[in-house]
Amino acid sequence: MSTPRTETPGNGSTRRIAVDYLARVEGEGAMYIKILGDHIEHLELKIFEPPRFFEAFLRGRHMGEAVDITARICGICPVAYQMSSAHAMEMACGVRVNGPIRDLRRLIYCGEWIESHGLHTFMLHLPDFLGYPSAIDMAKDYPNEVNMALRLKKIGNSVVNLIGGREIHPINLRVGGFYRVPTKRELRSLVDDLQWARDAAVQSVRFFQALEFPEIELAYEVVALRHPEEYPFNEGRLISNKGLDIDIREFNDHFVEQHVERSNALHCVHRRRGAYHVGPLARYNLNHEQLLPTARETARDAGLGDGVWNPYRSLLVRGVEMVHACEEALRIIGEYEMPDAPALDVHPQAGVGHGCTEAPRGILYHRYRLDEQGVIREAQIVPPTSQNQRQIEDDLRVFVEHNLALSDEQLQWQCEQMIRNYDPCISCATHFLKLEIERE
Amino acid sequence: MGDRAIPKIAVWKFASCDGCQLSLLDCEDELLAVAEAVEIAYFPEVTRTVVEGPYDVSLIEGSVTTPHDAVRITEIRKNSKLLITIGACATAGGIQALRNFADVSEFVSAVYAHPDYIDTLAMSTPIANHVTVDFELRGCPINKHQLVDVLSAFVNGRKPNVSSSSVCMECKRNGAVCVMVAHGTPCLGPVTHAGCNALCPSYNRGCFGCYGPKETPNASSIARWWNTELHVPHAELARTFRGFNAYAKAFRNESGLHVDATD
Repeated sequence: MSTPRTETPGNGSTRRIAVDYLARVEGEGAMYIKILGDHIEHLELKIFEPPRFFEAFLRGRHMGEAVDITARICGICPVAYQMSSAHAMEMACGVRVNGPIRDLRRLIYCGEWIESHGLHTFMLHLPDFLGYPSAIDMAKDYPNEVNMALRLKKIGNSVVNLIGGREIHPINLRVGGFYRVPTKRELRSLVDDLQWARDAAVQSVRFFQALEFPEIELAYEVVALRHPEEYPFNEGRLISNKGLDIDIREFNDHFVEQHVERSNALHCVHRRRGAYHVGPLARYNLNHEQLLPTARETARDAGLGDGVWNPYRSLLVRGVEMVHACEEALRIIGEYEMPDAPALDVHPQAGVGHGCTEAPRGILYHRYRLDEQGVIREAQIVPPTSQNQRQIEDDLRVFVEHNLALSDEQLQWQCEQMIRNYDPCISCATHFLKLEIERE
Repeated sequence: MGDRAIPKIAVWKFASCDGCQLSLLDCEDELLAVAEAVEIAYFPEVTRTVVEGPYDVSLIEGSVTTPHDAVRITEIRKNSKLLITIGACATAGGIQALRNFADVSEFVSAVYAHPDYIDTLAMSTPIANHVTVDFELRGCPINKHQLVDVLSAFVNGRKPNVSSSSVCMECKRNGAVCVMVAHGTPCLGPVTHAGCNALCPSYNRGCFGCYGPKETPNASSIARWWNTELHVPHAELARTFRGFNAYAKAFRNESGLHVDATD
């Protein structure tokens, strides 16, 4: 257990609490809070993940290699990286993928959402609500729930596995499509499991609903993709609840990455309005009417309504998105016809391409400039966690201000839980979450 | 170690994508059984629990890229009876070792507005360059079934059942059609370490070297074949060997022969 170390100097008025690691997030980071009496003097989220310089070494690589290379940014959401890079290259080369290849891309993304949300909701986030250090400890008292979660996660992985070849860093995705496409029969082998998973996801939301959620509602600017007909995965315009409505090509006109001293991850903010929120809450709040029927019904039964502004309730939204991903996967499998070729031919041409897709934890933006041989000359990658980073700090500030009465241990745990609301992937944004609370 | 009832396991992260440690969580069928057979003493991705060392087994993911991490790995070694590296980053430096062929300060300025905030080493190096490693499990990512086998082997005091042959051998054993001979698809299978069960050829794709060089690889021969028979230009050969295991010796040396060669 990450027990806080409390140091009390002679006069007893200064408290300093340090915890060496924030657990149950992907990657490593630190949080530092200094409290003077009843106000926060200083609060920051530090990210020490050693930089790996993807944007630098992608220069000089061929456009076809970005799909495999950028997957290695994140072992939790490699499909997101493969999708954003492939779409960006296709845009640069003036190619648009439609039909069954497009559907298979949505299908593999469904698998990644089920796997990633299954992992996060049950294994990383739920232990906070039930007061366990880990899902493994929780399994002793909640064996059915943990076993259900493991099976859900496994079914998500099996979708990624079948289409992608393996669950981590799939090998079957490429610019233009796939190396090999599955047969109808292969896809049909997933149906029974996916039906079970859809029902299990509905049950999960019912289980989550009974939990106690801290009372807090925040006036976020939420940003997500919006597609005219679908709950978004790979395509759409970027919109927000504060009037943003842009083509993804205009990303850099509206958002800017800032480099702050405490972090090896760049903070991405809206140029005029600052912090914003991406991920399940944003997707739900902007697109909930496009959820498939069972997911929509599940959301309604859970009382999610037209908007969810309590970040702790992201747990429920992830559950609803699992229901949707299972339903969507079943729909795609039901309508699937094998394409004539596994991939479209994509001929390199000089130009700039943009890709923006919905990773489980929010929008992932890529931009590449290619030369006429298809060699990458410039690369820019903006992961969801660097977009949420500023918002996480803002949330923590509000939460701490309203909960100064909590003991250091409770405050620390609930701050960790607040950070985990975002399912942060610090490996993506870069890593080392160390939590310190200092009171005077 | 067979006489210890519950061995203490720790999982440590260096520069990496988290995928190899996630492989343990992806063992959905075995996870709870593994958690009963060992004490998960340190694994921050999974649990807030921190049990002090020394540890019976430390699994190391990631490569050493910062001065701080170069010190940290020596401390972990002192605190661990057995130290096992998992994945291409920990065994070969990973994709981030591409900096080893470039000027890292230029990389820093290309990515960050304030290069002075960034503390990084010029090289991304494998764990074995810093401390003694008891076993190296390869792959980008590792094969989760091999991970369970390796853990079980060390817990039970037996030798891990991990083949050191090539992807090409796995492909032959699967009875798959050779993508290089039959379709002229460039494939690194003959020089790449086994472990993926020849995944790419089964998806009509040539091997691209996730598991790094096998023991005694003849990289020059495969490179010559690619170049003369399949007309793969030298620049592409250099890039192919400079992948996730770019800094592994055999691939590093071979890429050097092609990087400035003209076709």
